[in-house]
Amino acid sequence: MKEKKTLSYMDSVHRDGTIWNMVVMTLLIMFPVVVGVIFQAVPDWAGVGKGLLATAPMYWAVGVIEVITFYPMLGAGGSYLSFVTGNISNLKLPCALNALESNEVKAQSEEGEIISTISIATSSIVTTLIIIFGVALIIPLTPLLENPVLDPAFAQLLPALFGALGVVFISKNWKIAIAPIVLMLILFVFVPALDSSMVGIMVPVGVVFTIVVSRLMYKKGMLG
Amino acid sequence: MEFSINHPILFVIVGVIIAVVLAQSVYFLVKSYRRAKAIGMDMSKVKKTIVSSSVFTVAPAVSIVITVLALSKSLGVALPWLRLSVVGSLSYETIAAENAASGMGTSLSELAVGTMTASQFVTIAVVMTVSILVGIWLVPVIGKRMSNGLVSFEKRDKKWMDTLQSAMFIGMISAFVGYVFCDVSRLWLAEDGVFTVTDTVKEYVGGELVEKTVTTAYSATSGLIPVFVMAVSAVGMVICGILMKKLNWKWLNDYALPICMILGMASAIPLTAWLG
Repeated sequence: MKEKKTLSYMDSVHRDGTIWNMVVMTLLIMFPVVVGVIFQAVPDWAGVGKGLLATAPMYWAVGVIEVITFYPMLGAGGSYLSFVTGNISNLKLPCALNALESNEVKAQSEEGEIISTISIATSSIVTTLIIIFGVALIIPLTPLLENPVLDPAFAQLLPALFGALGVVFISKNWKIAIAPIVLMLILFVFVPALDSSMVGIMVPVGVVFTIVVSRLMYKKGMLG
Repeated sequence: MEFSINHPILFVIVGVIIAVVLAQSVYFLVKSYRRAKAIGMDMSKVKKTIVSSSVFTVAPAVSIVITVLALSKSLGVALPWLRLSVVGSLSYETIAAENAASGMGTSLSELAVGTMTASQFVTIAVVMTVSILVGIWLVPVIGKRMSNGLVSFEKRDKKWMDTLQSAMFIGMISAFVGYVFCDVSRLWLAEDGVFTVTDTVKEYVGGELVEKTVTTAYSATSGLIPVFVMAVSAVGMVICGILMKKLNWKWLNDYALPICMILGMASAIPLTAWLG
């Protein structure tokens, strides 16, 4: 009873987040097991092995880097939720950044933690409901969603998102933005291997490079 | 029970998992809302955050539905519905499913014909699930330590902590700005105004796995489409900023990002017709 009283809000976020994430992870792992039991099917173990060997090492490495990179930006509650619901860099993180900016709060403050969690939870609920709606109405919606007229609009979602978001953050932090933007422009324009599928891997590179440059500028008193 | 990739029982199982994920989001929304009230935050701002986050989410969520649709042709509806509601993304799911199919000596395009067995389905589901679980368990493992580390870091040097936070945001945004320019090189790499991309895909033809070369042609100026879309969206944001300041339209603050995003996406339609 005494322990319950002294549990801080942040401690309760970690406790509850851990319980929820473990429950969801167990359910996810159980999905193929239950399907296998119901339909009396066993996986093709060689296929599982080869498939995992080709997929898991890269995505596990990316997963570790993403947690370390995104956690300080998403906050605790936002991280527990985002790493369950996914679509972090193209939806949850921009949503949280926009909410923090509109409310003029810092991500590391308690207000920032709350605003970030509220925006990510709302975004997750809306996303889940829209997907449910889309799945329920998949037959009538298919001609609309596969309409070739709308194709280019959805193909350009990320440039449209980061144009608006970028102008706000870059204008406020232009001194530290110059070096990483120049680096990324050079890399993406002149290195052919860096195509659109590589942006997820380049986010941690951009973050680490910007931190290093900012630290140097901070030490030299250039950010005063 | 006879298996089918759209068997109703699959929808029931997926529905249960998604209900739990939805419950987690509602739980955290209520928890943080109550905390905001308890520490005396301006609740009108909190409510505005809920509304603006909802509005902002609509367009990206619709694009996720389109992804479910794309994957449903080979994997049915239930599995992509689960995968894209929990952790997933189009690029990851396609790669994971393709690797699993390839591990079984087949391909997604072959399975799209509608011949997938329960064993193949389970194999693909195992690979897709296991390969993406890191974030779900790693946050509970290191989250508390990271939070404590960030707090003590802030106590030591608050000004640097603020700069560090901005640097992280800028680092992420700069990667996406670079990505927007990734196809600009088509301008000088194209021959006779046409840039071609050649891919090798594996396909089953008459029961045999064969490699096929697929060539896609793009116009030299097609790489400029995302650049102009980004510019339209950025200019829209600048105009919103001016309207907020000059006309005191404070309400616009909550909707500027979704408005500009939709504006940029809409501009892609004529821009693609012109440059694509």
